Amino acid sequence: MKNPDDQNDDPAIGDMARRRFLQGVALATGAGALAVNGGAWGGSTLSDAFADFFQQHYQRMTEAEIRATIERIERKAKRRYGVDIRVDNTPAQEGVIFGYAINVSKCRGYRDCVHACARENNLSSDTQYIRVIEMDRDSTDLRHGDHYYDHEQVPVEGKYYLPMQCMQCDNPPCVKACPVEATWTEPDGIVVVDYDWCIGCRYCMTACPYQARHFNWGHPDLTSAGLNPDTHYLGNRPRPRGVVEKCHFCVQRTRKGRQPACQEACPTGARIFGNLLDPDSEIRYVLEHKAVFRLKEDLGTEPKFWYFRDE
Amino acid sequence: MSDSRSGLFGFVLNGLGHMFRGGLLYWAWLALLLVLIVLGGWHYYLQLRDGLLVTNMSNQVSWGFYISNFTFLVGVAAAAVMLVVPAYIFNRKDIKDVVLMGDTMAIGAVAMAILFVVVDLGRPDRFWHLIPFIGRFNFPESMLAWDVIVLNGYLLLNFGISFYIVYNHYQGKEPNASRYFPWVLLAIFWAISIHTVTAFLYSANSARPYWHNALLAPRFIASAFASGPALMAIGLQIIRRVSDYPIRQSVIDHLALVAAIALQVTLFFVLAELFTDFYNEGEHAASARYLFFGLDGHTALTPWIWTAVLLLAVALLILMIHPLRTHPVYMNIAFVLTVVGVWIEKGMGLVIPAFVPTPIGEIYEYAPSATEIMVSLGIWAIGLLLFTLLAKAALPVQCSFLREKAHREVTHDDA
Repeated sequence: MKNPDDQNDDPAIGDMARRRFLQGVALATGAGALAVNGGAWGGSTLSDAFADFFQQHYQRMTEAEIRATIERIERKAKRRYGVDIRVDNTPAQEGVIFGYAINVSKCRGYRDCVHACARENNLSSDTQYIRVIEMDRDSTDLRHGDHYYDHEQVPVEGKYYLPMQCMQCDNPPCVKACPVEATWTEPDGIVVVDYDWCIGCRYCMTACPYQARHFNWGHPDLTSAGLNPDTHYLGNRPRPRGVVEKCHFCVQRTRKGRQPACQEACPTGARIFGNLLDPDSEIRYVLEHKAVFRLKEDLGTEPKFWYFRDE
Repeated sequence: MSDSRSGLFGFVLNGLGHMFRGGLLYWAWLALLLVLIVLGGWHYYLQLRDGLLVTNMSNQVSWGFYISNFTFLVGVAAAAVMLVVPAYIFNRKDIKDVVLMGDTMAIGAVAMAILFVVVDLGRPDRFWHLIPFIGRFNFPESMLAWDVIVLNGYLLLNFGISFYIVYNHYQGKEPNASRYFPWVLLAIFWAISIHTVTAFLYSANSARPYWHNALLAPRFIASAFASGPALMAIGLQIIRRVSDYPIRQSVIDHLALVAAIALQVTLFFVLAELFTDFYNEGEHAASARYLFFGLDGHTALTPWIWTAVLLLAVALLILMIHPLRTHPVYMNIAFVLTVVGVWIEKGMGLVIPAFVPTPIGEIYEYAPSATEIMVSLGIWAIGLLLFTLLAKAALPVQCSFLREKAHREVTHDDA
């Protein structure tokens, strides 16, 4: 069977052609669900559409199956965005559990982390993994914080800034909630999502006390120019519509010894990220020498995300 | 009845025959339901095409009208035990004659509840991930996995029991109690479990103080036993009017009494919760304050909940005053008010406020979109159609069986 997409390079026309092509597939096979949802990518070839439909859970696939899946993911990204992405599958490293600490005294509310994260992780324009909340100096009550502050200049007198993202809880209520085990904790402590297994019930979002999970209500509006081609299977690869995603501590970077994009982007040095099992790491120094606190500790979620202030 | 027609095939054929035989009113009713189903189906198609973007749900309020309806319908399904228990445990003959209609309503309600979850999924094409062994079922960890089991199990149980009884009646036999009674017992416990598990689905979330309390499951059951019997009483009276099925007034009176008691318990539970929330008001009461009085100028839900309070108060008043409760008109007004009131209280009033404010303090309001309303109407029409067709097929069998039985008893007395 000839793939109609090979004949043109215009992504818009290609998309329409694919949609029409897929509708033909659906009529021929009676698999209406495939056409309507367009596989995971809004358009696909017949064999890829079938492979999408029957794709196994990440943890159940053999090495060879994962390789084939990765090739398919790369092929689909090429077709949709015209970009050669690389989907890495580096496993968690031995003796590593990641943790994060934020120096609240140093955060000045610039939101550089928010935007660096969005670029690095191929976020749709309606999604941000990091949220910086503008708080009154005299309060720790999140309900009176401003999530959408928009000033000419920050910081504003009388305010402090509280960045929040997925806390990578050691006892994550979201993982417990998922009816199909599409989300789990990796050996390096990162809570990840298999975007191709999630059924989009959003029960994990209901369970999360930190509002750290985000749903793809429509198809992510990524552009070819803005796409970061260096991706990880459990991280920043382009996501399909109708599934949940979240911060994964930049798994595509951190498993290769790099810092997360938000840490690198922070101009004030408020962000400290590292290996909790390494006694010489900066994060361990902070935990041992600073008066640290965690958000909603009373819920027993055991976040691996701390806050502290300069004394 | 000839032997060739008394087999399973003949039974099904007979049922199908009855489903598609009826007067003008019957066909008009079916046509209305079909129009709603087609409209709902079209809007569901649009939702599949464009994504859940066409709903008004958001990352802040991530469950909405669909899950609200789901919650209400689980209650209606569970309330079938309010006929099953007196019929089978206390051997009320008048109720035993109509208990099948309770089961049929439970089938329709569970089917709707399941459909409401399906339309809420972002990836319905991956439904097979939920099938135990084939997919990957997070049991017993996930409360949603429990809900999948209890809802589907309840559907099968009710269908199986009803089928067995009607099939025996079709063959002119008294069903063998020792064969179906254990299943009836199981179904009674199962009915309570579907509502308990659904309540636990919410109360399990320590992130959401509005749900995270031990009273939620008892409150669920209490309000279900008000709205379910009310809806059943309405349904039974309609059946009595359009068919010659012998439904005694004592059954309706029984349901009215159950609704009256359950409604009192419901309101007591609500008051207990409001007292605890507001006497020493803290952050845990933010959602309740939002629901009843609005929060920081956001008041989208207050008209809903005060409407519900008013409807339920009037219904309770009618149901508590004996001459009004037994009055054919006032009684039915109370039934309708109860159903609508609980639908609001258990639906929008229970699901939405838990998301407002969000666990990190953001206030983002929600009202269903046109798509959500149309798809929901379509699902209600599917449930009503299912109930109508099943009842239409079963009623003639039941009628002739009951007539023959009465005849046998009369001749027996004569002898």
